[in-house]
Formats: sequence, structure tokens, C-alpha cells
Amino acid sequence: MMIVFYLAGAVAIISTVMMLTRTNAVHALLYLIVSLLAVAVVFYTLGAPFVAALEVIIYAGAIMVLFVFVVMLLNLGEQVTQTERAWLHSSGWLGPAVLGGVLAAELIYVLVRGIRVDYPQAVVDPRQVGASLFGTYLVGVELASFLLLAGLVAAYHLGWRKAERSENR
Amino acid sequence: MATVPLRDGLILSGVLFALGLVGLLVRRNMIFILMSIEVMLNASGLAFVVAGARWQQPDGQVVFLFILAMAAAEVSVGLALVLELYHQYKSLDVDAASRMKG
Repeated sequence: MMIVFYLAGAVAIISTVMMLTRTNAVHALLYLIVSLLAVAVVFYTLGAPFVAALEVIIYAGAIMVLFVFVVMLLNLGEQVTQTERAWLHSSGWLGPAVLGGVLAAELIYVLVRGIRVDYPQAVVDPRQVGASLFGTYLVGVELASFLLLAGLVAAYHLGWRKAERSENR
Repeated sequence: MATVPLRDGLILSGVLFALGLVGLLVRRNMIFILMSIEVMLNASGLAFVVAGARWQQPDGQVVFLFILAMAAAEVSVGLALVLELYHQYKSLDVDAASRMKG
């Protein structure tokens, strides 16, 4: 299980880096999907199979399909890729990349210097997750449903305004 | 089952979060910015699941479910805004929309 964890983690990091450096949005999306699937494998090795399944279904499935739909709806051509390449090749990326790298290095330093505790690993099965979710965290579930409803209404509102304007034109 | 150290899980989560942060700062394309936000949310969720696995409690996975719901709502609104931005400015450059009131 250890080797699977490290392999999946490496795949996640590499595919995220590839995603950030792509100029074509569809290629970047495909790398992001690979990254999310790798994180799902990491969840499985950590003993969280329920969350691993949800990661595949909701993140890599639903959310990424939404992204792919929008990218295809926008129908970005070769010219956009050229513009993107010009933006990436300018010196603008160096400063943020160095600063982000310093933050990541600090985080790793703190974690490596900390006390290392070994612990027995057990699978936390979906039954426990469900009991906790609909027991202790019931208010949170209700709030999440509010949030999703608000997102639905907001997305509908934004799309509807656009249709109305194009009719008036 | 061999144990994955808490430290290594948190390091993976931290590295992914930093990558998402760098992407957020570096890219100017709205779609890439949204994708970077997804990476950061996913990394923070990973930290919760790692901690949940460390203490063998379901709470970490529950919080990940909340992050998942939040990410879904955020993406639906964000992508609607992307479409609006593109129809208004014919560009995905976030700098095109840097002034308020259009």
C-alpha cells in the first residue's frame, strides 16, 4: 500500500504541474482529471474507499464534465492558445512561482521536522461516515443543501440574464 | 496493511495546494484560474481525509463531503460567470473585467 500511495502522489503532483503549464484548455483539463484520479487512489490507500469513489464520481466525473462542456461551448481556437503561450512566456510567472515554492518548502520543512507518529491504519467504512454525516453533522448537511440551492439559482440567473439581453439586441 | 505516515500525506496535500496557489497567481485565463481553485480545494480535502485516517474517525471524510458540495456550487457559479465574461468581452482574460461597472 505504501508504494501505491507514493506512486499515486507522484502522479498527482506531476499531472498538476503539467496542467498548470498547458496552453490548450482541453489538454489541461485532461491532466487535471488524471490528477484527481490519482488523488482518489491516494484516498483508497489511506483507508477511505467511500471518499475515493465520490472523488471519481463527483470530481472527476461531474465537475470536470462541466468544465469540458464550457470549454467546448466557448469553442476556443488556435488563436487563444497562441495568446496563452505569449502570457506564459512572459516573465510574469517567475515571481509567483518562486513565492509559492517557498511556501511549499516551508510547509514541508515544518512537517519533516515534526514528531513522526506511527499509528495503526484501519478502513473507515461508508457506514461510519454516513452515521456521522446524518447524526453529528446534520446541520452541516442542511447548510450544504442551502449552498447548492443558492449555486443553482445563481447559475440559472446568470444564464437567464444573458438570454434576455441577446433577445433585446 | 502498512501505514502511510501522516507526514507524507500532509506533504502531498501541501504540495498540491502550493501548486494550485501558483497556478492561481500565474495564469490569466479564467478557466485555468477556476481549475487552480479546484486543485486547492481538493488538496485541502486531502488534508482532512489524511487527518481522519490518522485518528480513524469519519469526521475527516464528512468534511471532505462538505468541500465537495462547496466545490460543486462554486464551479457552477464560476462557469456561468466564465460564459458571461466571454460573451461580454470576447476574451477569457480576467484583466479585461478588472474595472467595476463594465
